[in-house]
Amino acid sequence: MIYALAIFAPLVGACIAGLLGRVIGDRGAMTASVAGMVVAAICGPLAFFQLVSGAAEPTVIHLGTWIDAGRFTVSWSLRYDTLSAVMVGMVSFVAMLIHVYSIGYMSHDPSRARFFAYLSLFTFAMLMLVTADNLLQLFFGWEGVGLCSYLLIGFWYDRPSACAAAIKAFVVNRVADLPFAVGLAMIFMTFGSIEFATILDPKIVAQHAKETHSLFGCTFPALEVIGFLLFIGAMGKSAQLFLHVWLPDAMEGPTPVSALIHAATMVTAGVFLMARMSPVMELAPYALGFVTFIGASTALFAATIGCVQNDIKRIIAYSTCSQLGYMFVAAGVGVYQASVYHLITHAFFKALLFLSAGSVIHAMSDEQDIRKMGGLAKLIPATCAVMWIGNLALAGIPPFAGYYSKDAIIEAAFAAHSAVGNYAFFCTVVAAFLTAFYSWRLLFMTFHGKSRADHHALEHAHESPYVMLLPLFALALGAIVTGFATVNAFIGDGQAAFWAGAIWTSPDNHVLEHAHHVPTWVKILPIFTAVAGIALAWVMYIANPLLPVRLANSFRPIYLFLLNKWYFDELYNAIIVRPILCIARGFWKIGDEAMIDGVPNGLAELTAGTSRQTVKIQTGSLAVYAFVMLIGVVALIGLYMLVR
Amino acid sequence: MNAAGFPLLSLITWLPLVGGAVILSVRGDEETIASNARWTALWTTLIVLVLSLVLWVEFDPTDAGFQFVESVPWLSDYGLGYKMGVDGISVMFVLLSTALTPICILASWESIQTKVREYMLAFLILETMMIGTFCALDFVVFYMFFECVLIPMYLIIGIWGGPRRVYSAVKFFLYTLTGSVLMLLAILAMWMHAGTTDIPTLMATSFPPSMQTWLFLAFLASFAVKVPMWPVHTWLPDAHVEAPTAGSVILAGVLLKMGGYGFIRFSIPMLPEASAAFAPLMFTLSVVAVIYTSLVALAQEDMKKLIAYSSVAHMGIVTIGLFTFNEQGIQGALFQMVSHGIVSGALFLVVGVIYDRIHTREIARYGGLAERMPGYAFVFMLFTMASVGLPGTAGFVGEFLVILGAFKVSFWLALLGGAGMILGAAYMLYLYRRVVFGRITRDDLRAIMDLSPREWALFVPLIVLTMWMGIYPSSFSVFWEASVAAMVKHHQAAMESAVKLAGVIN
Repeated sequence: MIYALAIFAPLVGACIAGLLGRVIGDRGAMTASVAGMVVAAICGPLAFFQLVSGAAEPTVIHLGTWIDAGRFTVSWSLRYDTLSAVMVGMVSFVAMLIHVYSIGYMSHDPSRARFFAYLSLFTFAMLMLVTADNLLQLFFGWEGVGLCSYLLIGFWYDRPSACAAAIKAFVVNRVADLPFAVGLAMIFMTFGSIEFATILDPKIVAQHAKETHSLFGCTFPALEVIGFLLFIGAMGKSAQLFLHVWLPDAMEGPTPVSALIHAATMVTAGVFLMARMSPVMELAPYALGFVTFIGASTALFAATIGCVQNDIKRIIAYSTCSQLGYMFVAAGVGVYQASVYHLITHAFFKALLFLSAGSVIHAMSDEQDIRKMGGLAKLIPATCAVMWIGNLALAGIPPFAGYYSKDAIIEAAFAAHSAVGNYAFFCTVVAAFLTAFYSWRLLFMTFHGKSRADHHALEHAHESPYVMLLPLFALALGAIVTGFATVNAFIGDGQAAFWAGAIWTSPDNHVLEHAHHVPTWVKILPIFTAVAGIALAWVMYIANPLLPVRLANSFRPIYLFLLNKWYFDELYNAIIVRPILCIARGFWKIGDEAMIDGVPNGLAELTAGTSRQTVKIQTGSLAVYAFVMLIGVVALIGLYMLVR
Repeated sequence: MNAAGFPLLSLITWLPLVGGAVILSVRGDEETIASNARWTALWTTLIVLVLSLVLWVEFDPTDAGFQFVESVPWLSDYGLGYKMGVDGISVMFVLLSTALTPICILASWESIQTKVREYMLAFLILETMMIGTFCALDFVVFYMFFECVLIPMYLIIGIWGGPRRVYSAVKFFLYTLTGSVLMLLAILAMWMHAGTTDIPTLMATSFPPSMQTWLFLAFLASFAVKVPMWPVHTWLPDAHVEAPTAGSVILAGVLLKMGGYGFIRFSIPMLPEASAAFAPLMFTLSVVAVIYTSLVALAQEDMKKLIAYSSVAHMGIVTIGLFTFNEQGIQGALFQMVSHGIVSGALFLVVGVIYDRIHTREIARYGGLAERMPGYAFVFMLFTMASVGLPGTAGFVGEFLVILGAFKVSFWLALLGGAGMILGAAYMLYLYRRVVFGRITRDDLRAIMDLSPREWALFVPLIVLTMWMGIYPSSFSVFWEASVAAMVKHHQAAMESAVKLAGVIN
């Protein structure tokens, strides 16, 4: 039951902080929320270790019925297997650290109670997502994290940019949720259930492998269609190419939010979904190919943008986008273990990076532009040190965490031996180079070289308080340790025992095995490219600081293209947002008011007009009436005489 | 008489009229009359609510047929009778009506200051007619209640409404009446054919296919206006905009449901073949309604109009669900109707709160309310999310079940019908942003007060219901499960026999 406690403690904290925040004050709300998280962070990892050590058995905790309509029954329940437990452990632990960090970071904010309530509510929704035992509860968590992300991005609601970003995040996510919901309907139609006990049973899935569904006048295997629909849902939540536009804007929220939601947890929900649905995805090879393709493209695409951004949070945001692409590559080539492994290590080092960026912003009096920083290493050495650790992990330098998980993905892409696998291999290797480059560009421009900050900001620059630094140290430790300590369990020889069937791969999927036996040059290549990226960053930003400016000037179109994020926002505005608003107005003014209302209004007008004319006949003069009657009589008699 | 030997349904139906008589009998100065009228109306509706909860407790959900049946011969020579009864489908609507009316009375407590006695009287009459509509088991009795609903509503809009109230009231009346006249013809035709207007008998009667087509079209004319379906929906935004807050709540909460109720009570079980034949038309109109009116809602500048258009879109989901003829679709449609009754009613109350303070519904006039009204911002957000269909709130269950049912019919129906999910999020969040978020720029908004205890009393029951329906919907859907299952079975049997018949003829 400690497992259930881990999930519901944040909800209790959120309710106390949110509903009673006014009564118990900011301090009380913060205490309640953090206390709830501490309970979760003790119980969550504990439940995980119990499971992997064999002290507890995988099980399902049934909480109650949710929906019951004909054959469609769905329950509230908590699934307790390796995949769920590892996610619960990670989410509760990282979220707890971020809660603690927020005590310091948000200490000057007037509505802290609201902030902590949202943060805890978010954690609860995420925990419900990962412990779902059916797709609908997963969807509950899925939308719940969407709501909290909306609330937290728009936390500073008096800023128009924050409000716009919040709506954008919610609506873009909804665009992807619709195919997800339809995918759910299709799963129900195919399997007659959406409970994991049925749809994740490889035998049952195999029975449905031959079923087809016609669409666009063609026939497709039903499982492929399901795979595509679910992946589109995952693309939205995990900010993959074409649906990534909300993630960089989401940086409008407070920095701890970016760390928690837009790096460590929520955006990984899509990757989790792919891993969770592995028995279905394994039988949908074309959908998996698409997953690989989109993942690889995103990895490269986001990395190119990251290289030229100047906002410290935006660089890390694009880096998140790119790393999520890596995870999808792993899922796409059938190595779900590696994708979840990278998800876990990434959660530590990316939360670390965001929180250290927050510490930098805190130190620099809310300055986020790295062009106005530089030489901060002496002023905030602790932050500088942990940020180095985070970037070493991100770039995949051994023995930091990212090295193990990222290399495994690149090797798996190579070992897939398929066209799309080779494409993914190429993209991920180039992206690895760019990742190292932009990471050190960030480090060099922020912490090293000459300072470009104005002296007011420098005078106030100070190291963050311990309540912020301690979570950073804990995450830094995670960014170092989670790699070598767990590599064997997640993707090494112990993986089958570790996952214990929570991730299913088909018997003829040997990519993970082959990935361990790739040629040596493939193994070395990522490290080599990472070092090359760092070296290039050193040349451009330390050795010869004028070089980037010259390059930007001589390749201006390319530079602008990257700086403006491939013009995706402008494109979507032009082809989607503005036409829709225009059509909306047209439907209202022309469709409803002129045409549809025109009929009854016109009829009414006609009736009124006719009666106005008819009224004129009614003069009240007896003479006229008598005269008309006379004419009538004459006419009748005349008619009678004629026809007779 | 029912099994308990006590005419419970008649009591619930007619009790509000007794309250109305009490109000009429009060003498004294204007202040006394007004205060008496308010309290009498509130107590009457609360007693009715408590009595209707007896239905909730005593109703046997395993029985698919009609319960609490009362039957008194009336014009027995013509096969007419005063017959009342509820099944799993109608009982929820009775409860919806009895739950929303006290809230409406309370919502009008301060905002209605002129002709209070007449206003309360109109509401009590309205309640009688609404409950009667859902309880009637004789088609003629149903028709009388169904039509009589128009009169008090017409008066509420036309007397206590906004500046263009007369135009809107007349438009509302004429639209609905025109449709109903055709329904009257259909009822006559059915009576000629079956010799009775008893609803359970008519459900078991099979009408010839050619007749079914005409009957279906006549019913469609009446119910489509009431729902309202595209393109006969334009009376609704006008009526909502001009109606007083409580009028809008009842209009959205209960009156729109009469259209959906009509389809599920008459069109689908009595005319199965025509319903199946016209289903593609219904789907088309519904999908157009969902997408078209959602887009129109996006462009609105008036809060009430925006929510009115969103109602049309949500009712589009209902009509999709009804005509899928499978359990998920129909249950989803029923759930969507009940949840929409509560959520959109609450949203109109939300608008009413700030209308009472600032006296404008123009969205651009507001902004930054979160700063001064945190409680209000919370309530508004909760109902916004319920309207958007966030899982865990009432709005999700119905919408999702309809998508599920629609998928059994066609992939595209599910996808296009579900498009409301995206557009709904867009227009509701855009509204919320413009009203609640941002900075306060106007002086009168700086002094605006948060929710009063009376207003909290309005919202708390609705919040509880919204969350309850979202987290544990089974306690509501259990009522209609047996009835819907029987209905689906009946429909399938009818379709099979129609196929067989066609085989014999060929």
